[in-house]
Amino acid sequence: MTEINKKIEEQLASDRIILYMKGEPNMPMCGFSAKVVDILQQYDVTFKSYNILVDDQLRQGLKIFSQWPTFPQLYIDGELIGGCDIIVELHDREELESILGQSS
Amino acid sequence: MVTKDEIKYWIESNLIGSSAEVSGDDGAHFHASVVYDGFNGISMLKQHRMVYNALGDKMQSMIHALSLTTKVKDD
Repeated sequence: MTEINKKIEEQLASDRIILYMKGEPNMPMCGFSAKVVDILQQYDVTFKSYNILVDDQLRQGLKIFSQWPTFPQLYIDGELIGGCDIIVELHDREELESILGQSS
Repeated sequence: MVTKDEIKYWIESNLIGSSAEVSGDDGAHFHASVVYDGFNGISMLKQHRMVYNALGDKMQSMIHALSLTTKVKDD
C-alpha cells in the first residue's frame, strides 16, 4: 500500500465522519465545500475536516483513492458518500440524517 | 477553454445512448443533467462516477467544477 493510501486510511479510521474540503469549516475556500459544511452543521453531528489545499499529495492521492475527481468528499465510516451534489440531494430527500446517524 | 458543447459531446460519446444537457458559460463551472438508462439500478454515487469517468483526465485539467444531476429516464 502506498504511503499516501496508508495516511488516508489512518485519517478515515480516526473519526466516523470525515470531510475532505477546500479550506476549513469556519473558512471554506470554495462554494461547494461551504455548502456541505453548512448542511452538516444543521445536524447534531461532529465531523473532522482536512484542508486539501494545504496538502497537495493528499489532494492528488484522494482522487485516485476514491475514484472521485472533485472536492469536497464526505466519508462516513470510511466510505465515500459523495461530493456536494450528492450531499445536497440526500439532504433534500431527507435521507442524510439516517446515513449520518447510523453507527457502524 | 472548455465549452458546454464539448462536455455534452464527451459525455454522450462515452455513455452511449445518454443525453446530456450542459450549462455554464464561464469556461470553468458547469452543470450537466444526464439521462441514461445505463444508470438503472446503480447508486447515485456510482452514476456520478460514471459521468466523471466518461470525462476522464479532462476532469483533472480542464474542468474546474462540474455539478451533476443524473436520471435513468427523463420524467
